[in-house]
Amino acid sequence: MKYAGLLVMPAGFFLSIAAIMLFPASIERVAFVLCGLAVEAMGLIVAVRGHMQKRGESGA
Amino acid sequence: MNPSPSTPFSDVSFALSLGLLLVAPLAIAGVALINTGLGRSRSAAQSLLGSLVVISTAVIAFLAVGAAFSAASAGSDHIFRISGRQWDWAGASSLFLRGFASVSARTQLALLFETMAVALATMIPWGSGADRLRLPAGAAIASVLPVLVFPFLAHWTWGGGWLSQLGVNFSLGMGFLDAGGAACVHVLGGLSALAAVWIAGPRKGKFPREGLATAMPGHNLIYVLFGCMLALAGWLAWNMAGAMLWLNAAPTSLVITAINTLLAAAAALVAAFSVTRVRFGKPDASLCANGWLAGLVTSSACAALVTPFEAVVIGMVAGIIAPLLVELFELALSIDDPAGAVSVHAAAGLWGLAAVGIFTPRSGQFLAQLIGISTLLGLVLPVVYLIFWLIDHVLPFRADPDGERLGMDLHELGGGAYPEFVIHRDESYR
Repeated sequence: MKYAGLLVMPAGFFLSIAAIMLFPASIERVAFVLCGLAVEAMGLIVAVRGHMQKRGESGA
Repeated sequence: MNPSPSTPFSDVSFALSLGLLLVAPLAIAGVALINTGLGRSRSAAQSLLGSLVVISTAVIAFLAVGAAFSAASAGSDHIFRISGRQWDWAGASSLFLRGFASVSARTQLALLFETMAVALATMIPWGSGADRLRLPAGAAIASVLPVLVFPFLAHWTWGGGWLSQLGVNFSLGMGFLDAGGAACVHVLGGLSALAAVWIAGPRKGKFPREGLATAMPGHNLIYVLFGCMLALAGWLAWNMAGAMLWLNAAPTSLVITAINTLLAAAAALVAAFSVTRVRFGKPDASLCANGWLAGLVTSSACAALVTPFEAVVIGMVAGIIAPLLVELFELALSIDDPAGAVSVHAAAGLWGLAAVGIFTPRSGQFLAQLIGISTLLGLVLPVVYLIFWLIDHVLPFRADPDGERLGMDLHELGGGAYPEFVIHRDESYR
């Protein structure tokens, strides 16, 4: 689960890059960059939850 | 942003920048002391020696190899074009500093700044791995980050790379701004710390199967608080040198940078003091130290670019979020980070970078800062995690359980930092 979260995060980065290349208008750019950051945040949350789950199983 | 290497640099500016960069290592010394004080007494010598090992390894690795990719002069092979726009992703200088003596004064100072930066950035994960990270693992981290990650980030931000060119290529303000190293040093270091503690795992007994996390307070708060004072001197020099090198600030405009650095740290301390006083009934010294450091970290991003009032606001927010995040990471997210680096360096650094966009009145600047933040979270963190995961399979990060029980001093050095003191037994091992 942690690895899945970490694999999702670059997708957010590429979304942000695509936004500045594809959209000339600033509103669309900001919206898509924020979406990219949201994807990264989701990936981070999944990775953190994976870490917590693993700790719960190992009882470290 | 990013004056080219050929931009004139007066003798006064050169002498001043060099003098400031010679004071900047005080920030590294301060952070090393803080990391040592926040760890346990039976790992104190290993922690401080480890800091020296990490600094030494990082400096050699960076100057031998990494500096070639962070340099400002990009070769055409390292620039690719998409939609008619240039994406400069790496520098193309010589390995092992060949021909360095003949480059411009500004380029030489830039390299000195980056060398200090890489030393501090690699020391941050070492502090978070206190009490269980092995010295060879620290050295491995310090030999890989300055070659595979830092040079590219430094080039993108400081060396005329694609992040700094967002203003030219996409009309986003002045491009991504990071004059004092909030991104290249602190966020990189903080995210590396997160990856390191995820891979190494928590200290034994930190998170019992039932109940709350075990409190493992730092062994010497005097080191921690003195480290904070030492760090201030280094940070002042660091931010002023960064403003001259990366923003082309005139020497006469540096006083405001110093004042903003002080104000951000002071506001953050007051906020952290108040938050911990309200939360726990009494102020918490180690969390106040974290707040102070978080204020300094935010100043790395914004001290040269905002007004004194804005510096106070930015520092205050950092001082509020840093102690709360330390608590959140430990109690709710099971992240054992003795130095609080993820909160202090990564979170406060990200806030500082965002604050530059919020408080700098240039069209597109906020978006440029968001792209930088997106790069750090979406690209740098996964890459660093992957690198650390691979290293861990070759050179395990974590000491064996017996070594951890003995303490890293005895286990790795054969002697403790305080041989005349009786180290009391750890209750968490019963």
